[in-house]
Amino acid sequence: MKSQVLSLIAGRLGIAVITLLIVSFAVFFATSMLPGDTASILLGQAATPEAVAGLRKAMHLDDPAIFRYGRWLLGLLTGDFGTSYANGRPIMDLIGGRLINTLKLAAVTTLFAVPLSLFLGITSAMLRGSLYDRVVTLCTIGLISIPEFMVATTAVLIFSVSLGWLPALAFANEVHSLGELLRVFAMPVITLTFVVSAQMIRMTRAAVVETLNTPYAEMALLKGASRGRIVMRHALPNALGPIANAMALSLSYLLGGVIIVETIFNYPGVAKLMVDAVATRDLPLIQTCAMIFCLGFLVLTTIADIIAILANPRLR
Amino acid sequence: MSQLVEIRDLKVAAKTDAGRTVEIIKGVSFDIAPGEIVALIGESGSGKTTIALTLMGYTRTGCRISGGSVTVDGQDMVQLSEKDRADVRGTKVAYVPQSAAAAFNPAATIMDQVIEVTRIHGLMPVDAARTLAVELFRALSLPNPDTIGDRYPHQVSGGQLQRLSAAMALIGQPKVVIFDEPTTALDVTTQIEVLRAFKSVMRKNGIAGVYVSHDLAVVAQIADRILVLRGGEVQEVGSTDQILHRPQHAYTRQLLGAFEPVPRSPAEAARVADLHPLLEVDHLVAGYGPLQSDGMPLVRALNSVSLSVHRGRNLGIIGESGCGKSTLARAIAGILPRKGGNIVFNGRELAADARHRSREELRDLQIVFQYADTALNPAKSIEELLGRPLAFYHGLKGKARDQRVEQLLDMVHLPKSVRHRRASELSGGQKQRVNFARALAAEPKLILCDEITSALDTVVAAAVIELLKELQRELGLSYIFISHDLSVVEAICDEIMVMYAGEKVEQLTPSDIGRAENHPYSRLLFSSTPKLDPGWLDSLEQDPELVRAYCRR
Repeated sequence: MKSQVLSLIAGRLGIAVITLLIVSFAVFFATSMLPGDTASILLGQAATPEAVAGLRKAMHLDDPAIFRYGRWLLGLLTGDFGTSYANGRPIMDLIGGRLINTLKLAAVTTLFAVPLSLFLGITSAMLRGSLYDRVVTLCTIGLISIPEFMVATTAVLIFSVSLGWLPALAFANEVHSLGELLRVFAMPVITLTFVVSAQMIRMTRAAVVETLNTPYAEMALLKGASRGRIVMRHALPNALGPIANAMALSLSYLLGGVIIVETIFNYPGVAKLMVDAVATRDLPLIQTCAMIFCLGFLVLTTIADIIAILANPRLR
Repeated sequence: MSQLVEIRDLKVAAKTDAGRTVEIIKGVSFDIAPGEIVALIGESGSGKTTIALTLMGYTRTGCRISGGSVTVDGQDMVQLSEKDRADVRGTKVAYVPQSAAAAFNPAATIMDQVIEVTRIHGLMPVDAARTLAVELFRALSLPNPDTIGDRYPHQVSGGQLQRLSAAMALIGQPKVVIFDEPTTALDVTTQIEVLRAFKSVMRKNGIAGVYVSHDLAVVAQIADRILVLRGGEVQEVGSTDQILHRPQHAYTRQLLGAFEPVPRSPAEAARVADLHPLLEVDHLVAGYGPLQSDGMPLVRALNSVSLSVHRGRNLGIIGESGCGKSTLARAIAGILPRKGGNIVFNGRELAADARHRSREELRDLQIVFQYADTALNPAKSIEELLGRPLAFYHGLKGKARDQRVEQLLDMVHLPKSVRHRRASELSGGQKQRVNFARALAAEPKLILCDEITSALDTVVAAAVIELLKELQRELGLSYIFISHDLSVVEAICDEIMVMYAGEKVEQLTPSDIGRAENHPYSRLLFSSTPKLDPGWLDSLEQDPELVRAYCRR
């Protein structure tokens, strides 16, 4: 039985690695197909054809694509992400601090959003059909429908402009005290929590409601179990897999999809870096950012799958 | 007061999807004395489970108790608060579910769930509860009583789970136990062991019970008194003996009548018999899973099965779940291509895969599935369902087709008015008739009937069987009739084939049943079928060697 679990998990990890490889292929060739010649863009309009040709040779741009892909992939595996086309600095240096900022924001948001969604999702499933359930449902559906820039702009209008409680811009690098940290993170975190929680609340509620409708939940009720006990002992353990998956999908958004929030609050994260890189046609930077987002997504979904495997008693 | 349970003028209302309120229990009254087992019997929808659950003050979603009182040990469950009801559940009144497989939480060990009642109500320390549970496991004759509790529900068999659910109900030492069709999902040979275990534990501890079932023969073994229900009303109440032998109400007589169908007379069978076999199956092999190196599938569900059916004669195939009877039907029909052996139909060899058979071959050999609900397309009207094979096999169009649809409905005794309705608007018995009419539309020579009466109530099933016989007389059909229910097969078949674990055990005629020279497994199977006699279970003696050899309890 144990070995079956291990082989399933190993298989899942194997699939993750293969997926990553396929994505790297897609990312590399998709970015290669962007219009315009990197060398002539770098050298500007005044460049002589000789200079362009020389630069192309120096950057190995004339090599067959498959070789360039191999070299790039090898670089990624050995931790060499290449140098930025735009300013010649190593990609590693450009991304390093930004990635930590993004992860910080994601971590703080997760810390708030996950317990909140679990609580609201589970309680509204327990009180299904009640006024409380309807209010929660109405709010979450409302939030799903409101675009995040709307939430972010409204938050800025209220808390920064009208009330003046919080700074409108977030400079994560200059935080010294806990209070300051809270003030800086407050608005981006609130906005992101709104965006990711709604989906998680809905999915948690659905998963718990489904297990509450099973005969074993009814059996627990007929044994005299309280509602809390039925949910915690009987419904939740069996709803763990779907809940973990819903969480992973929502949280993966925190890595790559936060561009609007980062832009509005001028937060120096990876998503903003990537958009800037697109503007300057900085291919190595774009590719690396894309790979980071993909990696984050895969790590989260793989963790969710492993939780689902471990939560299945048939495999225990 | 002398009665443990007093139910007075109980009414339960249900809200339909359309928002209307319908009374599903219309004023039911009865008592249960301490230690007495009362059976609630009736067909599906008669309200028997609903009534039983009100003893715990519980109604399923959409229903509510709208009137009357349910007094259990001096407390009216209808008036109690939700919290007080929870205190009664598991301690005074306990519940044994219909499907233990679904009622056990798959994510927790059996022991944790069995002793959960003592935890919830703080009845005893955990160690004492475990000891008591092991005692109950032993009393219910479960194998490995000391360790079975450490397993998860999926690791034990259905019959064991059903007994474990009884242990779960008895651990709180209740005064009344509700049994909700606890043996319906079990094979007959398993059912005996479970019934015996229930009966001895209940008797020993003097526990009162409510036994919900649709099967009179099962109820006869365990109940002191029987309540016959129909449409949420009591039709007749009486002691078991009285209901079985001196039924007063017409509906009770109908139920009893349905239990003992009239066998097909040999003369009738002989009249249409033909010397040439219509279907000859020779050493058929079929199975599931990837093919192995020897060209055989991983799981062999059928192992070298041979049979033959003569024109106008019926072959019954009987066996317990998992013995390969449905696979046999699927292999003959070509839905599951055979991997070995041969099928000769009407003198010609049939291709293994239905897709390679000619239209004429397909037309001559039709199959009718167990669940009409899933076999009939819910989006089509009855007219379209029956019109499709008419157009496909016979090229009928327009008026000719309409006429034929009407004829077919007439043949299966359905009114012409159903032709514009959809399957979901018909009752279970009507749906099964449509399902059968669709096979008739092809004008086949042989119809494979796969458990077609199993999902129906006894009275309805008996009517369907009568219909099948009548059609056979008129159209000269042959049937292969697959069932786990011996009495059904006896009623219609000229020959019976017994299957076990993918193999043919033996073939016999109905008159041979019960003879000493039967194969040991057939003897076990036949003797396990409950009889209407209340003393049947107590006087039944089965060879323990045989039971061990053939029962996967």
